[in-house]
Amino acid sequence: MAAPSSSGADRAPFDLAVALRDAGMSALGTAGLAFPILALRAEQDMSNQLVLQQRWPLMLIAAMALTALWSYVIERVAYRPLRGSFRLAPLISAIGMSIFLMNFVQVVQGPRNKSIPPLISGVVEIPIGSGSITIAWKQLIIFTVTALLLGAFWYIVQKTPLGRSMRAVEQDRKMASLLGIDVDRTISLTFVIGASLAAIAGALYMVRYGVINFADGFVPGVKAFTAAVLGGIGSLPGAVVGGLLIGLIETMWSHYFSSDYKDVAAFSILAVTLIFMPSGLLGRPEVEKV
Amino acid sequence: MSAAPALAGVAGSGRQPGKPLLTLSGVETFYGKIQALKGIDIEVREGEIVTLIGANGAGKSTTMMTVFGAPRARRGTIIFDGRDITRLEPHQIARLQIAQSPEGRRIFPRMTVYENLQMGASINNFAHFDEDLERVFAMFPRLRERAQQRGGTLSGGEQQMLAIARALMSRPRLLMLDEPSLGLAPLVVRQIFDVIAELNRTQGLTVFLVEQNAFHALKLAHRGYVLVNGAVTMAGAGAELLARPEVRAAYLEGGH
Repeated sequence: MAAPSSSGADRAPFDLAVALRDAGMSALGTAGLAFPILALRAEQDMSNQLVLQQRWPLMLIAAMALTALWSYVIERVAYRPLRGSFRLAPLISAIGMSIFLMNFVQVVQGPRNKSIPPLISGVVEIPIGSGSITIAWKQLIIFTVTALLLGAFWYIVQKTPLGRSMRAVEQDRKMASLLGIDVDRTISLTFVIGASLAAIAGALYMVRYGVINFADGFVPGVKAFTAAVLGGIGSLPGAVVGGLLIGLIETMWSHYFSSDYKDVAAFSILAVTLIFMPSGLLGRPEVEKV
Repeated sequence: MSAAPALAGVAGSGRQPGKPLLTLSGVETFYGKIQALKGIDIEVREGEIVTLIGANGAGKSTTMMTVFGAPRARRGTIIFDGRDITRLEPHQIARLQIAQSPEGRRIFPRMTVYENLQMGASINNFAHFDEDLERVFAMFPRLRERAQQRGGTLSGGEQQMLAIARALMSRPRLLMLDEPSLGLAPLVVRQIFDVIAELNRTQGLTVFLVEQNAFHALKLAHRGYVLVNGAVTMAGAGAELLARPEVRAAYLEGGH
């Protein structure tokens, strides 16, 4: 059946995953920014690890709020005016915003590394056969937090009216508005949620590495994009599978070949996926029945 | 060439005309520099079925979308229930309980039938959702069978039923239907038109129906308007328009 005549610009896809990735890419840097500022402030106050350990929930909430605000403003100035424009416009704008944010953080915070005292230390030993596996507590915590957030986010998208509106806006923005959905508000909320998640990711990054600088958000952002492409843009389970695969491939590569080239491995996957499997592992094909 | 609303037609159909629910006066709509609507006057009264017929490209769908502010009328006013809605955003207009089953149906393809119906009920915060769901399932039993299936996997007729059911889930005060018969088998068209007539008769639902299928539409409607090149050229009771030689020549004989 022929596509309806109105299926031009007004149906140009607004992709949930694209929005989240845009938000994520620009926000991860910001989150990385917020957390160490607050951490360092605490450090200056009492120069005491205990303070950080007591205040981290407050800092995390502040980082999430700040990142969400950033992302809200960025959506207003850099994406909303481009809605209905050609498909690549928001992507180009996202890359521009990412470069702007990195440079902004560099100007405001300086180019040097910032560090925090270790928040979580210690390891767990799991005996297996004659030997044992050692896992750091912080790795377990990162894994657990990620799994919980994923579950919460999946619930929001699949089961709540807000999530349903998000999916409706992604599939047919104009129809969503005809059903009384405030499209601008829904997209703003999507960015705010994405940015809050990115703030947590930035905080977990700090927990893991203890050191951050203004440019540290870039490579994880591009890798998150690679994971989304590998899993299939638009698919939440796909993003999870993609992320796990990228992580495993990088680790295996570092172990068996050389850790110098692990980024090469990750980005080769991006190229191969785009060439041979553009809709990813779990994504939907571009063309669909109308 | 008379564009005056023929209210006599309503009385002729044996019902009391209600107060005006939707009034378009001198509405002009443009796509860029191209003028699609050239000053349209249409009135829909409470409890009426009013149809707008015309050839492809006459501006029927544009009229419906202009009521929703997408695109917005450049000149003229649109009044709904005594309130000027000409400058409102589409979602604000929808929240006044005007529902639309649009051109091309626009089912959310990757949401289930059930979720599509939930979307329809968004504006009343899912008050009496279960009751309304039962009501539309009773009207279109096929939708009950397919409740957990994705919208994109339905047949054309099922999608049309879903589009109408989704519109009804908001308990609309005004139901706007854009070509519900397009591309459907005659039996399905019959079924859909029966449902519309039934809703109007038993619940007093006000319906604004855009159709290319002039014969069916004029038989169903209390009143009709004929749209030619973005202007209303004739108006009158459904039966009266159906009897007019100009209408017969242009839209009925040889057409369908």
